[in-house]
Amino acid sequence: MPRINSPAELEELRKGILSKRDPNKPCITLCSGSACHASGSEEVAASIEEEIKKQGLSAEVDFRKTGCHGFCERGPIIVIHPEGICYLQIEPKDVPEIISQTIKEKKVVERLLYTDPSTNEKIVHESEIPFYKNQERLVFGSNGNIDPKSIDDYLALGGYSALVKVLSQMTSEQVLEEVKKSNLRGRGGGGFPAGRKWEECRHAPGEIKYVIVNADEGDPGAYMDRSLLEGNPHSVLEGLTIGAYAIGSHEGYIYVRQEYPLAVENVGIAIKQAEEYGFLGENILGSGFDFTVKVHRGAGAFVSGESSALMTALEGRVGEPRPKYIHTAIKGVWDRPSNLNNVETWATVPLIINKGADWFAQFGTEGSKGTKIFSLVGKVNNTGLVEVPMGITLRDIIYKIGGGIRGGKKFKAVQTGGPSGGCIPEEQLDMKVDFDELSKAGSMMGSGGMIVMDEDTCMVDIARYFLDFLSDESCGKCVPCREGIRQMLKILANISEGKGKEGDIERLEELSEVTGDASLCALGRTAPNPVLSTIRYFRDEYEAHIKEKRCPAYFCKELISYYIDPKKCQACMICLRQCPAEAIVGSKDQIHVIDQEKCTKCGTCFEVCPPRFGAVRRLSGEPVPSPVPEEARIIVRESKAK
Amino acid sequence: MSEILLQIDGREVKAEEGMTILEAAQSAGIYIPTLCHHEKLEPYGVCRICTVEVEIRGRTNLVAACVYTVEENLVVRTRSEKVDKIRKMLLELMLAHAPDSEQLQDLAGEYGADKDHFEKEPSFCILCGLCVRYCAEVKKKNAIGFVDRGARREISFIPEIASKECNSCKECFSLCPTSYLQAAFVLTESLAFSRDSSPTALKK
Repeated sequence: MPRINSPAELEELRKGILSKRDPNKPCITLCSGSACHASGSEEVAASIEEEIKKQGLSAEVDFRKTGCHGFCERGPIIVIHPEGICYLQIEPKDVPEIISQTIKEKKVVERLLYTDPSTNEKIVHESEIPFYKNQERLVFGSNGNIDPKSIDDYLALGGYSALVKVLSQMTSEQVLEEVKKSNLRGRGGGGFPAGRKWEECRHAPGEIKYVIVNADEGDPGAYMDRSLLEGNPHSVLEGLTIGAYAIGSHEGYIYVRQEYPLAVENVGIAIKQAEEYGFLGENILGSGFDFTVKVHRGAGAFVSGESSALMTALEGRVGEPRPKYIHTAIKGVWDRPSNLNNVETWATVPLIINKGADWFAQFGTEGSKGTKIFSLVGKVNNTGLVEVPMGITLRDIIYKIGGGIRGGKKFKAVQTGGPSGGCIPEEQLDMKVDFDELSKAGSMMGSGGMIVMDEDTCMVDIARYFLDFLSDESCGKCVPCREGIRQMLKILANISEGKGKEGDIERLEELSEVTGDASLCALGRTAPNPVLSTIRYFRDEYEAHIKEKRCPAYFCKELISYYIDPKKCQACMICLRQCPAEAIVGSKDQIHVIDQEKCTKCGTCFEVCPPRFGAVRRLSGEPVPSPVPEEARIIVRESKAK
Repeated sequence: MSEILLQIDGREVKAEEGMTILEAAQSAGIYIPTLCHHEKLEPYGVCRICTVEVEIRGRTNLVAACVYTVEENLVVRTRSEKVDKIRKMLLELMLAHAPDSEQLQDLAGEYGADKDHFEKEPSFCILCGLCVRYCAEVKKKNAIGFVDRGARREISFIPEIASKECNSCKECFSLCPTSYLQAAFVLTESLAFSRDSSPTALKK
């Protein structure tokens, strides 16, 4: 491919690409993001290719493997364009029918469509599925239309036009002003205004400056940055290049975790393509602006997502945070001015440039503009990646988009912001989601993790889980973080094991205060959030654990027992056969009894006992009644008695 | 170097640009406790015992005095209810690991820290990193380093380097606020030094 040396040449190229594409020609897009890959999209892809050939349709239909569509719960996903017919949970065996029916005959395969659980209606088009309908997919929307390994796909959708605009029509000050005006706030955690950070870096003394993409996303259950980098790497590169132009930087780094192999691969390909086309390198698009990008693979430490730790790791040292009283925008990588934003923030930049700050600022709330991608996971029906305007309520995300709680259970809390975030209870579900409201509620936006919990979730255990994660992932450098987390974790483990003592809640609060006030970096300073927010909203659960040795969610194994009600047991043998610990004694004619010594409290008996009997009970905070004597356990069945 | 005027504990203090709060305080004879600080080493800022309260442009923050550089009109409070509370708990957290450290005990007296407040977990090391940093920055040998992270972080001599370098040096021993460093050295020496180096090492 010859280098493109001017905006005019790029428009020629774009025209050429578009002229070869017939918008009315059927195109099968298959989600090949990491989640769909795990549920078998590779096999589906092979059978689509084979079937197209077999049915002699190679000339009549296009096939494209795209990035993540977001509805990961129902993957692998196929969308057939131009109609936008959406098929879910596709297996290779479904492919011949899709090709022969939908491509050849233009008929919809009903059984593969989404069924609305409330109306039982089949929904044909992707855009009408409630999961998608209630989203505002500005940043994430192109993912489903682009083969991430094809720069032409990105160009066909107008890709790199923001870069053209910036380099040919705007001064770097104007770019900076536009981003400042949009009030774009960093999507990686802190929510610091990106424009102000850029400005500080731009004005920092020094010839050499760096711009960095933070793709070290590490929150449990969060994968929006991963999906963006995997699915639309050029949007990130374009945003980064625009940022470099505004800041006056000529070197960029993408710090991506090694555990994201597809992201590493796709961004590597994208850089190579962009270099060949002349969107990266020297004299970009004939503008005289030079910019190169390198990929740095991180070894997967959560703390390396913290900006100063990331920069230390970039320098080739152990990824440990350093004091940031002097901002990294002034003294960052190798003590040079460095501007770091996460993947989503960079990917938002081309949109702001193309459509303007005013357009961007019409989405969202007063203090938080635009949209945010959340990773909606946990006990919710529709898990996946959702992009919503700031200011949407938690209730709308969980119920309208997420389809409510799985298995008809009751909602208990939603954890936002990853390990540094907090748990938000039901009474705050109508809260408008933005940076400031989440902080007020004792949680945070973080990078956009959203874990939904139902009534079976123990909030003490959740706090313990996150502290356990942080205790592993803290770098261990400063005392309050390392030791504070260690002690909080000990107390939480004791409480959930029934060894909680009077005063433990206060001890947790004291440790939280010191860890939060005195830690060196944001990991330590926010580490108490999971503890404090669960104490704030679920103090009664802590007290039940400590005072009554009772786990209200029947989760903490040391505090619960399973018991078979002798009046209800019909000696059906189901639980007895399925008990993996062989802890249930009885026979066909003898009501069953759980040997509490052997019981591992796995809950299998509780789950398998037929609901019409409902004989297995969970107990917590009360003693297990002593078993009925052997002679009283004989069951005389009516049919046999006759 | 331009001169900067700041206030520490109500006193006007003159400092040079680029100085840390700790240096400015020391030059004015104002005491701020430290554990991981050493004048020959780059400020590290990890024990947090030097945490002080600062007020700048109307905002109050808690910062580590050993790494925070002075600014014009900065107001510093080296003691306050909050600062004392933090120091007390940090000491208690460290005393759980090194209950017999004299340096910790002295400070514990000052701040009313109870060495039995937290359950003992005697690892003896408080991970101040003086040994590691001294060896790297001053001696440029890197014979000792940190291994692992989070709650599992510890110091470890690197036998291949330590067997050659340490016997003739041992300058880090006196820096250690606990007794752990020497113990770790003896342990490494007896367990991991190569056969040809350790007999000579013992003779010395």
